[in-house]
Amino acid sequence: MESSRIPRDSAPRAGLKLLDRVGFAGMDGWLAFSALGLLACSLFTLYEASDSSIAGAPQQYVQRQALYGLVGIIGMIAVSRIDYSRFRELRVGIYTFLCASIFAVFTFGVAARGSTNQLELPFFTFQPAELGKLLLILALAGFVIDGARRGSDAQRTIRYLALGLVPTGLVLLQDLGTSLVFGAITIAIMVASGVRWSHLAVIGAALAAFVTIVLVILPMAGTPVLKEYQQDRLTSFLNPSSTVGDAGYQQNQAKVGIGAGGTTGRGNQATQSSFGFVPERHTDFIFAVVAERYGFVGAALVLSLFALLFWRALRLMTLSKNFYGTLVAAGIATAIIFQVFVNVGMNLGIMPITGIPLPLMSYGGSAIIATFLMIGVLQSIHIESHAAQRSPWID
Amino acid sequence: MRIEPLAPKPKRSGTSRRVAVIGGVGLVLLGILFFRLWSLQIVTGDKYLAEANQNRTREVRVPAPRGDILDRDGDVLVDNRMSMALQLDPVEIPTSVAGRRELYARVGKVLDHDADWVRRKVYETKKDDPPGSPITLAQDVDDDIVYYLQEHQDEFPEVHVNRIFVRKYPQGLLAAHILGSVGEVTAEDLEKNPEKDLAAGDTLGKTGVEQTYDDQLRGKPGDTRLQVDSTGKVISQLPSTLPEPGESVRLSIDKKIQEAGESSLQSIGLPGAFVAMDVNNGQVLGLGSNPTFDPSIFTHPLTQKQVDDLYDEDLGAPLFDRAIGGQYAVGSIFKPITALAALDGGYVTPDKVVNDAGTIKIADQDFNNAGKEAHGPVDLRRSLEVSSDVYYYLLGADMNGTRQLQNWAGYFGLGKPTGIDIPGESEGLVPTPKWVNQAHKEEPKYYDPWAIGQNIQFAIGQGYFQASPLQMAVAYSALGNGGTVLKPQILLQTEDAAGRVIKEAEPEVTGEVPIDPAYRQVIMEGLHDAAQAPEGTSYQVFGGFPVKIAGKTGTAERTNEPDQAWYAALAPYPDPEIAVIVTVERGGFGADTAAPVALQILQDYFHKQAKAVSGSSGNVE
Repeated sequence: MESSRIPRDSAPRAGLKLLDRVGFAGMDGWLAFSALGLLACSLFTLYEASDSSIAGAPQQYVQRQALYGLVGIIGMIAVSRIDYSRFRELRVGIYTFLCASIFAVFTFGVAARGSTNQLELPFFTFQPAELGKLLLILALAGFVIDGARRGSDAQRTIRYLALGLVPTGLVLLQDLGTSLVFGAITIAIMVASGVRWSHLAVIGAALAAFVTIVLVILPMAGTPVLKEYQQDRLTSFLNPSSTVGDAGYQQNQAKVGIGAGGTTGRGNQATQSSFGFVPERHTDFIFAVVAERYGFVGAALVLSLFALLFWRALRLMTLSKNFYGTLVAAGIATAIIFQVFVNVGMNLGIMPITGIPLPLMSYGGSAIIATFLMIGVLQSIHIESHAAQRSPWID
Repeated sequence: MRIEPLAPKPKRSGTSRRVAVIGGVGLVLLGILFFRLWSLQIVTGDKYLAEANQNRTREVRVPAPRGDILDRDGDVLVDNRMSMALQLDPVEIPTSVAGRRELYARVGKVLDHDADWVRRKVYETKKDDPPGSPITLAQDVDDDIVYYLQEHQDEFPEVHVNRIFVRKYPQGLLAAHILGSVGEVTAEDLEKNPEKDLAAGDTLGKTGVEQTYDDQLRGKPGDTRLQVDSTGKVISQLPSTLPEPGESVRLSIDKKIQEAGESSLQSIGLPGAFVAMDVNNGQVLGLGSNPTFDPSIFTHPLTQKQVDDLYDEDLGAPLFDRAIGGQYAVGSIFKPITALAALDGGYVTPDKVVNDAGTIKIADQDFNNAGKEAHGPVDLRRSLEVSSDVYYYLLGADMNGTRQLQNWAGYFGLGKPTGIDIPGESEGLVPTPKWVNQAHKEEPKYYDPWAIGQNIQFAIGQGYFQASPLQMAVAYSALGNGGTVLKPQILLQTEDAAGRVIKEAEPEVTGEVPIDPAYRQVIMEGLHDAAQAPEGTSYQVFGGFPVKIAGKTGTAERTNEPDQAWYAALAPYPDPEIAVIVTVERGGFGADTAAPVALQILQDYFHKQAKAVSGSSGNVE
C-alpha cells in the first residue's frame, strides 16, 4: 500500500498537463480557499493598520508579507506536486537536518524579541524552527511507520516520545512557544499512531507535573529555571495589569482592544491597536488588531477560516492513501490548530504570552512560507489519495 | 474542484476514533476561542470600549490664571507672571534604578546640575505632593534652554516645558502678611478638600488672603484633551475646555495707609504692628507687622536658610503676623474699657475725684504710677488725659470679686477671635479668677493664684490680660461707633476679570456693647484731651495735628525687657471714622514710638500734616 512502490511512470499524475501542474489542479479547494483567505485577511489587516507607522515606507509590512505569501504559495504548489510519501524515505535526513538547523541557531543565531531563534541569511533572517515544525511532522511520522511493528507498545511509546522530545528540548532552549508546538505535534502523532491511551495519560500527568515544578515549585525553592521575563510572560495572563511596563499590561491592552471592537469593529477609530497600546500588532497580536478593527464579525471570520482549514486537514487523515499521510495530516492539523489556540488565546487574555505566531496571519516570512509548505503537503495527501483511488494498484 | 472519493476507504482499525479525538480537541479549543471572543466583544464590549477611549486620551490640566488682589482703589497688590517651568512627568520616570540615573544625568546636564541634584529635586517634590504631580525641576528657565529642549524633544520625551503662572508682587513687600502665599497642592490638601475639584499640580492659596479667598481667586483650570499613543506621544488634540481665570479680590486695604504704617513702623526698627480700621463697617484699611518679608520668595522652592530666617526669633520671626497673632498686655489703652465697666456698674461717676498721689497701697501692696508721678486730684476725664494709674487701680480693686470688668472686656470682643478673614489670629486672654486658679493648679510655676492684685493689674491692661492689636482695633471701633462690635474685614469685594463686581462684603456685627452715650462722651473727651490737650500724654505728637482726634497711649511691661509701646486713636473726634492701633515691642513709652506711627497713618488718611508743637507736658503716662 505504500506509494513509494508505485512505479512513477504509471502514476495517475501523468494525466496532468504542465499548465495544471503550476496551478491548483487536483488540490482540495476548500483547503486552498481557507489558506488563501487567511493570507488575504492578513494582507488586508496589515494594509489598513500600518499606515503612518513607518516613516517613509508605510506599506513595508504589507508588501513584504505579500512577497512571503507569494513565495509560500509557489512553495505550496511545488510541494503539492511531490508525493509526500517520499519524505518518509528521507526521515533520517530530515530529522538530522532539523536538529542541525536548531543547533545552527545556537551557534550563529541572532536575537529578536527576547529569544534567539533566527539565522541571519544573506537576504533575510530565517527561523529554522518554523520550517522545523513541518520537518518534525514528516520525520516523526516516518519513524512511527518505520517502527510500527518493532518492540512492545511501551517501547514504541518511549521511542516516539524520545524522537519528538529531542528537537522539542533543543528548541525549548531558544524559544518556548515553538517548543510547545513541537510538543503538541509529537503528542498528536502519537495519538494518531495508536499509542495506548494509558501511556498518553501517563505522559499527560508527567507534563502537568513538569509544568508545576518549573513554574511553581522551583521558583519557590529559589532556583528558577526560567528567566524572570519568561516567567512573567507565562503567568501574567492570570493577573492582568493596568500598570505600564508590567508583563500583564500589554496583554491587558490587547484584551481591551478586542473588547472595544464590539460586534462590528471600530475601523479607523481603532485606537488600541493604532496607537501602540497593543504590542506586536503586526505579528503576535495581529488577531487583536483584526478584532478591534472589524469586531466580532471580522474575528469570527478569521476563526471560521481556521475551523475550515482544520476540518479539511482532519478530513485528509481519513482520506489519505496511506497511514503515513494520516499521521502527517494529524501533525499538521494539530500544529495549526494548536498555534491558533495559543496565539488567539493569548490575544484574548486566556493563554500566556509565548510568542507563537498566528499561522498565515502574523507578519513573518519564515512562518508564512513554512505554513504554506504544510498546506502543500496536505494538498499532496489530497492529490495522492485522489490518484490512489483511481489507481487499480492500490488497496 | 472538489474531488470525491470514488470508493469507500478501507478502514484502518482505530484510526477514525483517533481522528475524532484530535478533531474533538481541536473543536473544543476553537469553541473556547469563539466563546471568549463573544464574551469579550458582544457581552462586555461597551466596558472595554470605554476603557479604550479613556486609554488613548491624556487630559492635561491647563492652569487658570489666579485672580488679582487689589487694594481698595484698584492698585494691584498681587498679579501673575508667566514662567517657563521645566517639569518631569512622574509617569515617565523609569522604574529601574539605572534608567532613572540615566534620565537624571541627561536632564541635569541641560540644567547644569548633576544627576544627584535632579534626584533630590524629584525626591523632595514626591515627598508631599500627591501622586501624579508634575515634578518641577526649574522655574524661569532661560530661553536658550527652552529652545534647546524644543529642538531636541526626541532626546527628552520625559521633559515638558510648561507655561505656569507665578505670583507677582508689584508693591514689593507691601502687605506681605495679609496677602499670604500660594503653593502646590499637597496630598493632604487633596484629602482635606474633596469638594474643591483640585488635582495634582494645581496651585492653592496657603496663607493670608490667598487662602481665605482661594475659591474665588483660584479659577477653574481648563482641560486640554490630547490623543496619545502608548508612549504618551501626542497625536492630536481633542476638544478642550478653556481655563476660567479666577476672580479678582479687592481688599479694603488702602495702599497709602498701608505704606504709611509699614514704613513708619519699619523706621523705628523694632518688632511691632498696626491696624487701621473703619469704625463704621469693620473694613480694615491697613494692617501690618514688622519685621516683614518678601512674599515673592514663596514663588520658588525655599532653601532651609530662608525657612529658618522666616521663623528666627532673633530676626523677629518675620513670618509672624503680630497684628492679628500677637498676644500682648496692652497697658493704658485698656483704661477706657475699665472706665466704662466701672461707670456701668456704679463703681464710679464721671465727676468723682480721686487724689492721685502717684502711688497707692491696696491689700498691703504698693501700686505705682509710671515713675510714681503724682497727678493730684483727677476725675474720669482727667484720668484719661494724664493716664492716672492710681485712678484705675482703685476701680480694679473695687470691681474685684465681680465679673464686671471681665464682662465688659468680653463685650468689646476681647478674649475671643474677631473673625477677621485671614487666618492666624489669636484669641487673647481675659483673666477670670476661675481661669487663673485653674492655670495655677496646672502650672504653678507660671501662674499665681487669683488675688485682688490681678484685677488691679487687669484694670490697666496688665497682668495676665492679653490681646492682639486687631482685637484692640475692634474694641476701639466699638467705642468709636457707639457700641457696635464689628467683624474686621479685609475683603471689599470680588470682581470678574473685567472689573464687574461679583460680590460685595457686607459689614458683620458680632456684638453690641451697652454703652451709655453720656458715659461714652466723657470717655471720648478724656481721650481727646489725652491726645490734643496740652497736658495730654500724646500732645507732643498730636497737638499739632489739624484733625481733632481721641487717642490713648499705653506702656505695657514686658518681662525682663523694655516696655511695649501702644497707641490707640479714634479720628476725627467726636464722631470717628477710623480707629488706629499701633504697638511697638520694646518701644518704651507709647507716645515715643507708637504714637508717631499712628500719626503717620492718620496724616495719610486725612491728607493733612501735623505741625510741630513745643512745650509738651512730658506727661507720658
